[in-house]
Parts: sequence; structure tokens; C-alpha cells
Amino acid sequence: MLLCVSEGCLLKTYLSQCPNYYDMDSIIVDKLTKKFGNFTAVNNISFSVRKGEIFAFLGPNGAGKTTTIKILTTLLSPTSGNVKLNGYSPITEEDKVRHSFGIVFQDPSLDDELTAYENMEFHAVLYSIPKSVRKKRIEELLRFVELWDRKGSQVKTFSGGMKRRLEVARGLLHHPDILFLDEPTLGLDAQTRSHMWDYVLKLAKRKKMTVFLTTHYLEEAERVAERIAIIDHGKIVQTGSSRELRERNSSKTLEEAYLKITGHKIREESADTNEKLRRRFGGRR
Amino acid sequence: MMGVIYIMWLRQLKRYWRSRSRMIGTLGQPILFLIALGFGFDAIFQQAGQGSYMQFLAPGVVAMSILFTSMFNGIEVIWDRQFGFLKETLVAPVSRFRIVIGRTLGGATVAFLQGILVLVISMFLGFSLSNFMGMPIALLFMLLIALLFTALGTAIASLMKDMNAFPLVMNFMIMPLFFLSGALFPVGNLPSFMGAIVRINPLSYGVDGLRGALSSSVFGLPLDFAVMVSCFVIVGAIGSYLFSRIEI
Repeated sequence: MLLCVSEGCLLKTYLSQCPNYYDMDSIIVDKLTKKFGNFTAVNNISFSVRKGEIFAFLGPNGAGKTTTIKILTTLLSPTSGNVKLNGYSPITEEDKVRHSFGIVFQDPSLDDELTAYENMEFHAVLYSIPKSVRKKRIEELLRFVELWDRKGSQVKTFSGGMKRRLEVARGLLHHPDILFLDEPTLGLDAQTRSHMWDYVLKLAKRKKMTVFLTTHYLEEAERVAERIAIIDHGKIVQTGSSRELRERNSSKTLEEAYLKITGHKIREESADTNEKLRRRFGGRR
Repeated sequence: MMGVIYIMWLRQLKRYWRSRSRMIGTLGQPILFLIALGFGFDAIFQQAGQGSYMQFLAPGVVAMSILFTSMFNGIEVIWDRQFGFLKETLVAPVSRFRIVIGRTLGGATVAFLQGILVLVISMFLGFSLSNFMGMPIALLFMLLIALLFTALGTAIASLMKDMNAFPLVMNFMIMPLFFLSGALFPVGNLPSFMGAIVRINPLSYGVDGLRGALSSSVFGLPLDFAVMVSCFVIVGAIGSYLFSRIEI
């Protein structure tokens, strides 16, 4: 399994030996750096994710996870380095990249005033899913996440778990090759979490979909991820399967290994503007 | 191609239609203005030989409600940013230009409808629509006001990270635009500095065009039209550019 931790990595050798590498790697990140003023959020990281792989990207708050996802999903441009998704560059081939992935964001991104069905329909139009298959696909996915009987309800009447399920369904609507899940199970109860993973894993297997996941629930990463990368202070510090990480750090659980790697100190991430606003305005919209 | 613009437009309309409390809430202020000022100043206005103040004021209040609604609709971009929906549109494989066009058309349509509601209400309060022939032109100016200020709201919102700057926009942008536009007073005989301010305010031309279509214009309808259209084109272009450069 290929993965390189910084410069002087195996990536180039690997690429030169393997002309069809686009068939094998869904995501290639090469020497990626992102700076915000003086602050380096992501510091020269390289890694790749194979097609159909379930890949977990772990790290403490403020380690650079969300910044990396934002770059991969065309929301931010990198300061330097190369990125490829499905063989396309998020900088120069935005639209092709955008067709390739689906995403469930860390924060909700539904329109509360619209119904579940309308949110799906909106997405279908944005991704130019032909009218002829639109209805069928929306129904299929809403049934899949068990929201079909609530299709006509405004999203603001939904619980947190229902919203998440709807977002998963929406992220899958255009049949992406890569699914990004940025802390998808944050604040969900164990039942909903396990349900959600059942859906996602079933679908990933069936469609050979790559899943790129960040989470703070380490037992979740341990259970679903085939490979794990741990990022801290903008650098990837270790990678491997859950077993490899445990063995390498002589730990019984992934959590123990994780704490050995990233330390016990609590990280303070400055509350971002989202949070501030939500506190001030409550649920007002 | 048209699908994206249409769905963005439709979304704004659905949101408007579903938040009826907001619709009614935003009617409160124009009604208050029409009653308090319309009836309050009517006698003085008549004594000054200017005719009925309600007749003069109503187009100004219609323009006011369009100004407020359209600026708020444009600024809703920030709401979408805060509540996450903006991300859904920004990662989609469509040009942001089309998204911003759809948004602007949607926001402007909503503001336009709100303006029509206020116009109808003002008729119940004593405004008489004597010049039916001018109605299409009046509606055109209402639409132009709605488009221009939705685009302006969008442009401002694209630069703002959160709602903290909102009172600033309200007090230093929306209020001055409204009070210094001739919506409330005739602009013919103003002190020169005030006349100059009124003349660089695009809303003055919108109000004048709207009022001109229904009774009489100061600047002349062709100038009103030309100013409104060119302002919309310029602000719309700036707004689309700023929107397309939003990073989250």
C-alpha cells in the first residue's frame, strides 16, 4: 500500500512505474501546503487514497483536516503542492472534480425552509442529473436512508440524525466516485451512527466508491477504515491500518496509539465565526 | 443551462412564500410610514401648494420597501454562509456566475412582489392610481430598483464573513440611500449640497422614475432609466465577481 509521509517520498517512483495510476488512486496529494497569513494550516503533506478504499484522516482540533478537505473539494486553493482527484486537478479542472465527489460537511448544509425532496431536487439540478432518472434516484436514496415518508416535510422539522441521513443521501445522489465525510457522525447517537455506516459501507462496496473520512470517534475509524492517516500541526505523522498503528505504538486500542502519537495536551481551536454566530442568533434564519 | 438559474430563483420564491411571518413583518414599516407621514404631513404639504402628500409619498414608500427587501435578500448570502447552504452550491459543478444570477433574479422577484403589495396597500390608504398608462413603466422601475439593490446586497455580503458588520450596512448604507433619495421629499428646491447628494444616489433615479411614471418626473424618465440600468450592470458585474471569489 502506497503512502508517503513527506518529501523524498515514494510517490514519484510509484507513479513512474505505474502508468495507469489513475485507475488505482482516487486521491493523490503531493507536497500540499496551505498558509493563512503566517499560520501554516497544512504543511507539505503527501498521501494517496486508492480507489474503493475507506480512508480515515484523523487528528486533533485545528490539525489541518478540514483545510485539507476544503482544498480537495475545490473550496480553497492551496498555497503550493499538487492535488489530483480521479485524475483531475481541483484548481484547473474544477467542474470535473466537482462531478467526481460527494460530500457531507461537518456543519449542516441543507436548506431548512425546503422539504427533504426539494433539497434533493435542488442537488439533482445542480449536478445536471437528467430529469428522466431524477425522480427514481431521489426515491431510491430517500428510501435507503428511511426518509421517504418524510419527503414532503420541511427540513427544519427534522432531528439532527434525520438531517445527517438526508445529507448522506444527497451526497450520493449524483453517484460520486469519492465520498467525503467530514465528521459525519458528530452528535449522533449510537443507533443512528451504526445505521449511517451500514448505508455508506454497503454503498461503497457495491459501487466501489472511495470514502474519505474524518472523525473524532476513534473506535469508529477503527471499525470502518481500511487505512488511517494521522495529521497533527499540519503534518502527517503516521499512517497505516489500525492494526499497524496499534502495533507500531505498542498499544491495545487505536485510541491509545492515537494519544501516544498526538499527545495528551488539549488543543484550543479558536471558535470559528460560524459558531459565534450560531450562539448569537440561535436558530434564527 | 437554465436549470440552475431557475432552481436558484425558485428557491428564493419558496423561502419567501413559506416565511409568511417575515412577509407580513416587513409590511409593518411601510404601512407605518404611509399612515404617520402620509396623513401627518398632508396638511402642511397641501398648504405649501404641492397637492396631496399621500399621492407624493406612496411611490417613495414602495421604493423603500423594495430597497429594504432586496438588500436583505442579497445579504442573505451571509445567512447561507453561516447556516451552511452556501457550501452546497459552491462545491457543485456549475459556474458561480449562474448561481449568482439565479439568486439575484430570485431576490429581486421577491422584492418586486413586496413592492406590489405595498402599492396595493397604499391604494387602500388613499393613494389613487390616476395614470394607468404609466403602470407598465412604474413596474419596470420597481423591477430595476429590486435588481440593483439585490445585486448590491449580494456584493456586500460576498465581502462579509459574518453578520457583525450588518448594523454598519444598515446605518451607513441602507438608511442613507433611503433618506437621501427624494422618497420622502421633493428634490426640486433642495440646498445645493443636499441636491448634490441626492443626485449621486442611484435610488433617487429609481424613485423619480417610479413617481414619474405615475405622475411627474424631475430628472426625466430616460435619464432615470439610463442611470438605473447602468448602475445595475456595474453593480451586478462587481457582485458576481465578488461572489465567484468567495472562499469558505
